[in-house]
Amino acid sequence: MVKMKTENLKLWFGNKEILKGISMEIPQNSVVAIIGPSGCGKSTFLRSLNRMNDFIKGVRIEGRVYLDGKNIYDRDVNVFDLRKRVGMVFQKPNPFPKSIYENVAYGLRIHGMKDKRIIQQTVEESLKDANLWEEVKDKLFESAFSLSGGQQQRLCTARALAIKPEVILMDEPASALDPIATNRLEHLIEKLKKKYTIVIVTHNIQQAARISDYTAFLYMGELIEYGKTEVLFTAPKNKRTEEYIMGKFS
Amino acid sequence: MMDKVKKEHIVFGIIRLLSYASVFFLALLVGYIFIKGFKVISFRFLTDVPRNGITAGGIYPAILGTFYLVLVSFIFAVPLGVLSGIYIAEYTSDNTFARFLRLSVNMLSGIPSVVFGLFGLAIFVNKFCFGVSILSGGLTLGILILPTIIQATIEALKSVPYSFREASLGLGATKWQTIKHIVLPVGMPGILTGVILSVGRAAGETAPILFTAATFYTGRLPHSIFNEVMALPYLIYGLLTEGTFPDKQIPIAYGASTVLLLFVFALSFVAIVIRVKSRRMKKW
Amino acid sequence: MMKKKAIIEYFLPILGYIAVIVLFAIIVTIFGEGVTTFKEYSLWKFLTGISWRPATSPPKFGSVPLLVSTLIVAGTAMLIAVPLALATAIYIAKLSNAFTKEVLKPIVELLASIPSVVYGFFGIVFMAPLVQKIFHLPIGQTGFTAGIILAFMALPTIASISEDAITAVSKSIEEASLGLGASRAEMLIHIVIPAAMPGIITAVSLGFGRAIGETMTVLMVAGGALGMPHSIFSPMRPITATIAAEMGETPVGSLHYHALFALAVELFLIVVVFNVIAEYYHEKFSHMGKV
Repeated sequence: MVKMKTENLKLWFGNKEILKGISMEIPQNSVVAIIGPSGCGKSTFLRSLNRMNDFIKGVRIEGRVYLDGKNIYDRDVNVFDLRKRVGMVFQKPNPFPKSIYENVAYGLRIHGMKDKRIIQQTVEESLKDANLWEEVKDKLFESAFSLSGGQQQRLCTARALAIKPEVILMDEPASALDPIATNRLEHLIEKLKKKYTIVIVTHNIQQAARISDYTAFLYMGELIEYGKTEVLFTAPKNKRTEEYIMGKFS
Repeated sequence: MMDKVKKEHIVFGIIRLLSYASVFFLALLVGYIFIKGFKVISFRFLTDVPRNGITAGGIYPAILGTFYLVLVSFIFAVPLGVLSGIYIAEYTSDNTFARFLRLSVNMLSGIPSVVFGLFGLAIFVNKFCFGVSILSGGLTLGILILPTIIQATIEALKSVPYSFREASLGLGATKWQTIKHIVLPVGMPGILTGVILSVGRAAGETAPILFTAATFYTGRLPHSIFNEVMALPYLIYGLLTEGTFPDKQIPIAYGASTVLLLFVFALSFVAIVIRVKSRRMKKW
Repeated sequence: MMKKKAIIEYFLPILGYIAVIVLFAIIVTIFGEGVTTFKEYSLWKFLTGISWRPATSPPKFGSVPLLVSTLIVAGTAMLIAVPLALATAIYIAKLSNAFTKEVLKPIVELLASIPSVVYGFFGIVFMAPLVQKIFHLPIGQTGFTAGIILAFMALPTIASISEDAITAVSKSIEEASLGLGASRAEMLIHIVIPAAMPGIITAVSLGFGRAIGETMTVLMVAGGALGMPHSIFSPMRPITATIAAEMGETPVGSLHYHALFALAVELFLIVVVFNVIAEYYHEKFSHMGKV
């Protein structure tokens, strides 16, 4: 089943065309990796899936992005609900300067949840889902900055999970982590896809190969190739894809 | 030709020496006033009313008057300044219009305090008929510290990393929720520092209250915001320039100056502590 | 697109303009009251007259001696403050270790927090007798005395902004210079200071504006004599001091009252010039910082 779909998505920063008409489908309960050299527009593409580009001045968008068949750029769409359904984990771990507990509870609170019992329960569930519970259960009220970088990134994942998103966007989530923390995050992604649909941007080609079901290769704002990961990595149809995954250019 | 190392030593020596001038001057000023001031200060000095034409007794009415003036200016300027700063920092982008707003704030902060006094006199005292009163003086002082508070708020909010906002907005928070729950709390130490320093400034300013609020001597304590009041800085000025018995009145001026200095130093100290603490807690 | 907007967000724009509104109100008020003077008194005489005698009849409102006094006092203050402040800025930014920096910075800030009336008090009881003794003057309260005190009042502003500018000069420029065999002193003088110049000009302009606008200190320390000052060691009465000293005894709406507002306009315009210079160079220096 298709969870999200883009149709001829174009995006400009001022006069510069960053995305040049991207059409792709994102199947439910799968991990879709987006790879490509830096500056190819992969982060921008990811951000247009929950309209995080709206805040950037001088951005113009054309085309359609469907979530469950509804164009998220339609006028009647509530962007706040959209971002609740399509959550995001950022490149650098960015926990709030609050306690571990409050970080996870934040999303619930801003969406109007007042019931303390439910909040408590959801925080625990989310931290368990993010494979962090065992490490933090005794220090929930300590500052989130007391955690290691890898733990912080899992905390940010838990924070996103707490508001029960349907899709999780991850923007190079492992780029600031060491190999061990990266490994744990990859295990987490594997587990999460059972419940969620995940789109992950990564500059690490091996990582894309390890964790994703589908891979998209973006180059200069164009979608060069998109397909099942094992096919794309073993028999790429396009020469540039082949060159990129062989490490010929970066 | 002198060799380079020697020359460098001399240049750095001079720079170091000159840079200690402010330390020396501060020590001289504070020492000189404190030594004579502490001789005068006693419990009675702080709590008694002036007696015998301010040659004896205490300075309680001036302390109280300054407190009231600061309170009015605080109530007026802090909410207005902080909200204005939030608007300029968070809701305007970096275009000509935003620059115009910031330029206005900077211009306002550069206006001499005596001009604020004239404005207060023309508008609050005369046009609004508040008379020479706590209200007129407090509002004048409030307008005087307004730009400082706006500037402090803008600076504090601008220093909050964008990644915090992004994380909050990414969870579906509205802009205002993000500001209220994330940006403001993170920027609070900076705002607080600015507010505290402006309170000190309001307490010490004389020129703005000369014609809007202050009186050299009044026999009774103020009972409404429409009364004129004694104020610490104006008392010091009056004792020096209008005093008829300098032998007995100058010591009181030393005492009042010491009280005023202790107050503004205490505020500065609090501001410095907040800043150091928040810097230490800053892990992003 | 649906948007949840908090009630306060509807009020924020109005509150955002508060500085503009107040600034505008001040300008309108000061100019309005000030310009009224020139219905009865010639603008030319106000600008070029060398005698300010509000009590004679007919009164004379020539602002030149007051303006000259203002410039003498503020100029003296700058001559003292700029070298001291620059030395302080260089020392804090480049030469001091972490500890001295942590001590020196708050001390400079404390100087800024001292109320001007206390500076004035100190000027009268300590500085004036000292100046009188050293220079064998008939009276210690002079433009020079006020200038010394004002220097220390302007020092924190100049030092802290200059320090920001010097710190902002990128490390790479410095390393390149040191790499070429320059000594640290040469590097400071030939590379860092020129590169930080826009910031330093901003700092000095703001400091000068502040010194011109300072009231209580000059009212108490400069001596208060109304005539044209003969030298920096004469007692004198700058614009701010004149306004502060005379407004209290002037009936509201009288010619004298309006003339004092006209003085405020003159003061305002001078200060604005320095603030505009400061803004102009600040723009330059903040752009430079980004590169």
